[in-house]
Amino acid sequence: MTDAAASAKSVTTATGEVRLPDGRWRPLEFAFWVLPVIGFFAFPDYRVLGSQILITGLFAVSLDLILGYAGIVSLGHAAFFGIGAYAAGLLAVHGWHEPISGLIAAAAVAAVAGYLVSFLVVRGSDLTRLMVTLGIGLMLFEAANKASWITGGVDGLSGVTIDKILGIWSFDLGGRTAFVYALVVVFVVFLLVRRLVASPLGLSLRGIREGGRRMPAIGAPVAKRLRTIFTIAAAVAGVAGGLIAQTTQFVGIDGLSFQRSAELMIILVLGGAGRLYGGLVGALVFMVAQDYLSGIDPVYWQFWLGFFLVLIVLFARGGILGGLDALRARLGGEEKR
Amino acid sequence: MIGSVVGVLFDGLAYGSLLFIIAVGLSVTLGLMNFVNLAHGALAMVGGYVCVVAMSRLGIPFLATLPIAFVASALVGIVLERTLYQRLYKASPLDQVLFSIGLVFISIAIATYIFGSSQQPVNLPSYLQGQVHILIHDFGVYRIFLIAIVAVVTLGLHLILERTRFGSRVRASVDNATAAAGLGINVNRVFALTFALGSGLAGLGGALGIEVLGLDPTFPLKYMVYFLLVVSVGGTGTIKGPLVAALILGVFDVAGKYYVPEIGGFVIYALMVVLLIVFPAGLYGRKS
Repeated sequence: MTDAAASAKSVTTATGEVRLPDGRWRPLEFAFWVLPVIGFFAFPDYRVLGSQILITGLFAVSLDLILGYAGIVSLGHAAFFGIGAYAAGLLAVHGWHEPISGLIAAAAVAAVAGYLVSFLVVRGSDLTRLMVTLGIGLMLFEAANKASWITGGVDGLSGVTIDKILGIWSFDLGGRTAFVYALVVVFVVFLLVRRLVASPLGLSLRGIREGGRRMPAIGAPVAKRLRTIFTIAAAVAGVAGGLIAQTTQFVGIDGLSFQRSAELMIILVLGGAGRLYGGLVGALVFMVAQDYLSGIDPVYWQFWLGFFLVLIVLFARGGILGGLDALRARLGGEEKR
Repeated sequence: MIGSVVGVLFDGLAYGSLLFIIAVGLSVTLGLMNFVNLAHGALAMVGGYVCVVAMSRLGIPFLATLPIAFVASALVGIVLERTLYQRLYKASPLDQVLFSIGLVFISIAIATYIFGSSQQPVNLPSYLQGQVHILIHDFGVYRIFLIAIVAVVTLGLHLILERTRFGSRVRASVDNATAAAGLGINVNRVFALTFALGSGLAGLGGALGIEVLGLDPTFPLKYMVYFLLVVSVGGTGTIKGPLVAALILGVFDVAGKYYVPEIGGFVIYALMVVLLIVFPAGLYGRKS
């Protein structure tokens, strides 16, 4: 866990003074959030893709909470994304068209599901957790597949109509509203998550990741903390799922698939796990690459996906952001660790 | 009624033995190196394609292709182990999972590129086709053949592990790699050889399984869960655990698909979650 250990270490500021991670905003973070605004005006044709990148980024951030911060390897995180998407989609199909309350409902349903699942996940070793999350993901996929009178099965759930946001802005084909809506929601949720990981809860999660057996000794209830973060992560994933359902006005069953969970892990690791911005950066790079490469040939895309995954694990642990950190450390002339 | 129960039980056992022969190598990798190898199914797929190519392009009879599949997969396995896997023995489970998912994607893309995405046919020799009637039920000849082969292989594995010097080295390395190395056992070579053996068995299973499981490029992904299931339910580092787990899962999967087709695959996943919660370290797990 070299990259994870690095991010858990205290932050070294430009002046060389060492301090604990805090909630202060750094200049690069401001710059980062200006990017989507620039993207909105600079690439008007790619607003639909842009909103999906934002949503996938949020989804990856939710996985980062349990994987990067708490160290739980989950292969079934798409379950909560799918639950959120179906919750928001079904609400809209059955007559509740207001978007923001729909999102809150999606988060609530996913959180309840996450809370129930968390009891199973907290038990057992890494392999058991892997298998339980995988099994639950597959079970939900099967359930959604068979219950086609509710979910539309393989054909997906269409007819999701959403009212104007706050009664003012209606969704358009060019993805203008969808992009802004996604950006605002993602930003707000990100702020909450950012606050959360700097809180005592977030710090104790890092402690659990680095040494789960020692944490009880300083009075941290390990299982309870893990259940809490798993529930929160599920809720955030539910928001992402709800967003995708509302902005695309469609819920596909692939939102629940294993492929989705696996891709999400790839996105997170590509960007850099345990770093908050890793998921967002990973989503940007991954989805632009996917858009370009799978346009050439879907089979090649899968090959490159696997190829880069192997390369990242072998040579570039820590992902893009980890690599940038290392680069900056080298340029700054300071010895890394 | 009794006939159908016997039939389901029999098909389940055949299916389970197939799962066992493919997954037993994974159990060893996991027990020995603590390596979460999701790409194990890809090695089984190699065996399957070698079998198909040897039969259709080179005209080799089915039975003779089985050892070829074994050797080919074992070779692929040992090359991968020496070049890639051994770098990651000390890595975190997350890295291992990602790395092996990467290998799965690569193998799917390569198989699609070479063989196309369609199902591969296998022409069984006539003496393995058809059914024989024993007492109350018609038993498929090929499934009897499967169970017999797996019984022989299991016995062989058991003898190798319990009676040979290599076997005692493997067991010593599983129990405590450091102490084993201190006693002069070349643990790295033991790892490599067991990996090759496990890969070979997976390849053999892949070739035997074309008739039952089918063979197309998505094979490693489609059955990944089943192989992992066998190992995590059975516990790692033993032969008995995965065998019992594979047979249970095989029977339940077939029974579920036969008696309650509406919920189909649901049965096996539910069973898995329940088993994992009741036995977090597997049925015969020694350590979690």
